[in-house]
Amino acid sequence: MSTMIEVRDLTFAYPAQEEEQQQGTVALRNVDLTIEKGSFVAVLGHNGSGKSTLAKHMNAVLLPSGGRVFVQGCDTLDEQQIIAIRRAVGMVFQNPDNQIVANVVEEDVAFGPENLGVPSADIRRRVDEALAAVGMDAFTRHAPHLLSGGQKQRIAIAGIIAMAPQCIVLDEATAMLDPAGRREVLATIEKLHREMGITVVLITHHMDEAILADRVVVMNEGRVAMDGTPTEVFTRVEELEEMGLTVPDTVQLLYRLRAAGYDVPLDALDVESCADAVFGALN
Amino acid sequence: MESIIRVDNLTHTYGVGTPFQRSAVEGLSLDIRRGEFLGIIGHIGSGKSTLIQHLNGLLKPSSGTIYLDGADIWAEPKKIRSVRFRVGLVFQYPEYQLFEDTVRKDIAFGPKNMGLAADEVERRVLAALSAVGLDESVLDKSPFALSGGQKRRVAIAGVMAMEPEVLILDEPTAGLDPRGRESILQMLREYHEKRGSTVVLVSHSMEEIARNAQRIIVLSGGGVCMEGTPAEVFARADELEAVGLDVPQSTKIAAALRRRGMAVEGSIFTVDALARAILPKKEVGSC
Repeated sequence: MSTMIEVRDLTFAYPAQEEEQQQGTVALRNVDLTIEKGSFVAVLGHNGSGKSTLAKHMNAVLLPSGGRVFVQGCDTLDEQQIIAIRRAVGMVFQNPDNQIVANVVEEDVAFGPENLGVPSADIRRRVDEALAAVGMDAFTRHAPHLLSGGQKQRIAIAGIIAMAPQCIVLDEATAMLDPAGRREVLATIEKLHREMGITVVLITHHMDEAILADRVVVMNEGRVAMDGTPTEVFTRVEELEEMGLTVPDTVQLLYRLRAAGYDVPLDALDVESCADAVFGALN
Repeated sequence: MESIIRVDNLTHTYGVGTPFQRSAVEGLSLDIRRGEFLGIIGHIGSGKSTLIQHLNGLLKPSSGTIYLDGADIWAEPKKIRSVRFRVGLVFQYPEYQLFEDTVRKDIAFGPKNMGLAADEVERRVLAALSAVGLDESVLDKSPFALSGGQKRRVAIAGVMAMEPEVLILDEPTAGLDPRGRESILQMLREYHEKRGSTVVLVSHSMEEIARNAQRIIVLSGGGVCMEGTPAEVFARADELEAVGLDVPQSTKIAAALRRRGMAVEGSIFTVDALARAILPKKEVGSC
């Protein structure tokens, strides 16, 4: 697999805000991380762990204080490369209401490609395809502010898809949604990853969302604390809890059974396989 | 239990006379009981926000009546301000509403507006600050110099300082990590226990509601679609999913085990309860 994003010895400090503060707040410390093309990586961590700061380095919204970030080989510190980098990596943020710029859905989705100077016939095609990809093609002429949170967030994702990026970074994009909205957005992300081969970086607090990824990176105090498959990471129950994170109920239950002396696997992450494991052990 | 707030046949229509005319709440009736910890859940667009903005008179019903302690809150529209002091509303992401240059002034804003004497305002600021678990050392700092979680606590303290009889919070834990969420909920449980005042928690997290609320009201399509104790409401998993909601994961595991023929007794919302239900008694450890 080739490399999509390479983070090399990245350090970042936010500038000092108050006079009494001599130095700024260090948010990232010597982070090394390589995101492979076509992978689906979830980044977990408590508030202040540095996960959002890391995400914002992936398309040059923030620039390193130390170290380097390369997007498809382009250095984010090189101003000449910024446009290529922003084309390659699209970001979706937490609040759908802050990301919508137009009064009509299709115009909103067209905003990105228009700014990239895409010819208008191509824009039409890209907008239609992007709206179809997120399952919102029935809402082309609707007013975005009258849509539900999940629908708005899918419009925001369509706006990114229309720019034809290789990678999408979602920074807590489901945090403000209800369970149905979260399900819609996650299903959309999975589909884009599976069918279009888009690289996905999903920043989240929700452990059950991280299960969908093929790799989970846990951030703590500005460093990468764990990196592995969901199974490898979630079975480290005690360490996760020490970092202020919780593991899914399924893993917690299996962990309790193990502590009570039952021979159960810890890697049954979804409800049905957990129930199978518990049923097998107790009967 | 007697009711402190009664909503009778409330309808609220936005954009009357425009092509966007839409009723967010229609013919809704419910009771909020004095001293209870009530959870309200519902998908986005179910009418939750519209409903709670009626409870302290921020929105006026298109039709229907809101009673506070038996009195119609709109009987004398000029006195609606006093309703806002008695029913405190904490909005989503309340930290965006901080505006003063010190934490002390921000928390004092509400009680000052109530026309209280300076020493009473000061007493309330200190009490609210301690209720949200912040130290007096933050009082003279700018609220904007605090962390996100601290800012949210200051914003909640600003409403608590009015000492409302009913405290309503719209998704107070949104955007926080598990530890931050639990500490806000812990704070609310203590506030509820110590003051005995009514707390209404609006949330998208089924786990949160299951673990904290004494009673749950489920909204869908602008009306009440279910009501009951957490045990009663979360027993209806299929209906909850049909209205865009969910049940806690432990509840799902319990259901999956029952389908496999295992006897899992009682209502299960937490891993603790599930472990107690399925493990022989002496083996239950705590985690």
